[in-house]
Amino acid sequence: MSDLPAQSAAAPTLVLRDVAKSFGAVAALKSGTLEVAPGSIHALVGENGAGKSTLVKIVAGVHRRDAGVFELLGEPVDFHTTAESKGAGVAVIYQEPTLFPDLSVAENIFMGRQPLGRGRAIDRAAMYAESEALFTRLGVVIDPRRPARGLSIADQQIIEIAKAISLDAALLVMDEPTAALSGVEVDRLFAVARSLRDEGRALVFISHRFEEVFDLCDTVTVMRDGEYVSTEAIADTTVDEIVARMVGREVADLFPKVPAELGDVVLEVEGLNRRGTFHDVSFSVRAGEIVALAGLVGAGRSEIARAIYGVDAYDAGSVRIAGRPLPKHNPKAAIKAGIAFVPEDRRQQGLVIDGSIARNIASVIRGKLATAGLLTNAAENRAAAPWAARLEVKTNALDMHAATMSGGNQQKVVLAKWLSTEPTILFIDEPTRGIDVGTKSEVHRLLSDLAGEGLAIVMISSELPEVLGMADRVLVVHEGRISAELDRADATPESVMRAATGNADVDHGNASELTATSDREVTA
Amino acid sequence: MTTLTPAQPGAKSGPNPVQRALGAALRSREVAVAAVLLLVILAATAKSQNFLFDSDGWRSLLVNPSILILLAVGQTAVIITRSVDLSVGSTMGLTAYLTGRLFIDTGLPAPVVVLLAVLAGAALGAVNGVLVAFGKVPALVITLGTLYIYRGIFLTWAGSDRINASDIPRGFQDLGTAQVLTIPVLTIVALIVLGLVGYHLHAHRAGRELYAIGSDPDAAVLYGLPVTRRVISAFVLSGALAGLAGTFYVARYGTVSSGAGLNMELQAVAAAVIGGVAIFGGSGTVWGAAIGAALLVTINSALPVIGIQDFWQRAVVGALILAAVVLDRVLANRQERKLADARDLEPSVTEIEPHATTSTGGTR
Repeated sequence: MSDLPAQSAAAPTLVLRDVAKSFGAVAALKSGTLEVAPGSIHALVGENGAGKSTLVKIVAGVHRRDAGVFELLGEPVDFHTTAESKGAGVAVIYQEPTLFPDLSVAENIFMGRQPLGRGRAIDRAAMYAESEALFTRLGVVIDPRRPARGLSIADQQIIEIAKAISLDAALLVMDEPTAALSGVEVDRLFAVARSLRDEGRALVFISHRFEEVFDLCDTVTVMRDGEYVSTEAIADTTVDEIVARMVGREVADLFPKVPAELGDVVLEVEGLNRRGTFHDVSFSVRAGEIVALAGLVGAGRSEIARAIYGVDAYDAGSVRIAGRPLPKHNPKAAIKAGIAFVPEDRRQQGLVIDGSIARNIASVIRGKLATAGLLTNAAENRAAAPWAARLEVKTNALDMHAATMSGGNQQKVVLAKWLSTEPTILFIDEPTRGIDVGTKSEVHRLLSDLAGEGLAIVMISSELPEVLGMADRVLVVHEGRISAELDRADATPESVMRAATGNADVDHGNASELTATSDREVTA
Repeated sequence: MTTLTPAQPGAKSGPNPVQRALGAALRSREVAVAAVLLLVILAATAKSQNFLFDSDGWRSLLVNPSILILLAVGQTAVIITRSVDLSVGSTMGLTAYLTGRLFIDTGLPAPVVVLLAVLAGAALGAVNGVLVAFGKVPALVITLGTLYIYRGIFLTWAGSDRINASDIPRGFQDLGTAQVLTIPVLTIVALIVLGLVGYHLHAHRAGRELYAIGSDPDAAVLYGLPVTRRVISAFVLSGALAGLAGTFYVARYGTVSSGAGLNMELQAVAAAVIGGVAIFGGSGTVWGAAIGAALLVTINSALPVIGIQDFWQRAVVGALILAAVVLDRVLANRQERKLADARDLEPSVTEIEPHATTSTGGTR
């Protein structure tokens, strides 16, 4: 894995070679390789789950690598903390902003290195002035005195960018910095990035927007499934080539959703609206259909599902199950009406992690199992056994604790729990996150079978192959709105990704597939 | 969750500094609590002139809150980091007893004794801090444990013994009643401590980092802030101030029995909460906590004067705490709604498409 093209004469600022990192049984990164030259903007592309963010977090000192070479400015390094990485000249803009909501915007930028005046006291006037200078450079107007709480995602992202620029770093890593920005803001950011490049700094740019990659970067490295795929000069490649490398396999072969007979409409959502979160969400799902909610992290997909199920309230709109209105903000009514809800975070929200498998499976139907108000372990085991068998939960005994199982088996337990309620609609958020490849396809086969039996499934997924392989229909969510509705035949990695990033005017690739949106032109 | 700063998303530029400061002051929790304190004093004085105008009444009014102010200041530093220190009452009792023993057993000069008591308190605080920072167990549980342990050490050490006023050097006891320009010395010392800590939290990097840690601990780690060190230092400060409060206790009351400092930790937390320190960390000031402490202590002496029965006196204090928390919640909700609306209204798309985006929402 070292077919890197000849770099410029200067020694590389960052060298990562065959870097690996596992979390428990899941290998997030198998052989990450990335070499960034000074005075270069280097694109790092790959699907969700390709290992880009893990790579970034190793560079940032959040995670420590298990194996591989890591050199910065020619020196081998091994960061234990983010402070060490920062001190060595690395600035990172994380995918999700990490701000202190109670503190002022200026303090968020300068925390820990505020300009000092007399008696080592913080010189607030200087701090505000420097913040304003940074914002001027970025071409935005944000009051540095206001608290960070309540800022839009775009403004939060801009503060992250200002923070990173002010660090005067030799290496600047940007993990999807543009996901929430408007066209004008992106242009400003790119101008700043180019001037940093011209100063001889090295930049790593992670993005799903190919036109941005081709506009800004000079070199591109592709990753797939935690492994390095290729590195080339941007001038020598095309979007199609890069996408082919990112996907690298026939999507349809991986997750076969067997076409099912579509029944009646079981779920109708109309004009659902929650202030500041999502707007005008309307769709319907038929029995036997799998509908995927696709989109970027933070687009509002999970929030929509939570609101329909009733965990959160919504401000306007209506939900109907088999034609009957469902009261809002009432999960109990939703369960009764036949909704099952498998949340994103199994350990936190889906499982009683310290409870037995049987107890977990039986937890939703325990009312039915109890005799005279008493619930026995035997009753739980009786009810749980057929489901555990059907889903092939690999376990020695039903009284084993859920905490000791693998992610795949935990997911099966959560599914078994809900299936025992005999639902008509299943919401499942990131069905295979943190699950190894083998078990993934088992989960997919199971979902396909369930749809075949007439269950309506709404699947939220950030993994494109999963979306494309499983869904009969794809609803793409962009900034709280459904920006595209694609049938199975029309859903391609490009069409979904463009709708998810809100891009319409694309020079590269095939723009005719697009159904949706364009960039925002103006912002506050 | 107090809101000290005007929050206008996308404001072009703020109002001028004077307006800003004035607006912030009017909205601030400190001013609101001070107003309540003033009302209580006025009501009690209207009932009985002595409450304020008698020289004894004036002195009590000023000196009584000084011990709780010290504890509330230390407590605030801890709460700001999203922790809590329930051991301060026991620490204060233990250091009060230590102060007495040092006078009886060693005859060291008073300044040395005070210094040793403060250091002892700091050491007890360091134990809390290390356990919280490295044990990864919530501070509530850790300091509940040390509350009993420190109290147990105190009881075992003292046995049936107690410190009496006759054991304490005259000069030190005089500190409890000494005044400068009618202001008690203990009050002056408490106010100096308050000023120093308040300035530190406001103006120094280390102080601001305490707020950052409490505001979002995960972000603080990502940011590379020395989280462990800062959390320990907050507990050390809290312990040291409890130690100082212990010496105050001896100077003020002369006697130290096994009940010294009992339940003071709850009063310290109550003072901070009433003064606008958010219990989940990240916001609030020691000024507010100090005024909250003064209000708590003053209300206890004012309510009997006003003629409110014993039972209702406690209920009033409870109502005050609930009112403070509910007020915080209401204000926070209102601001959140306002910000959500502002986001939805942000000007965005110009061209019209079936699903054109108009929002920057989508928070997770």
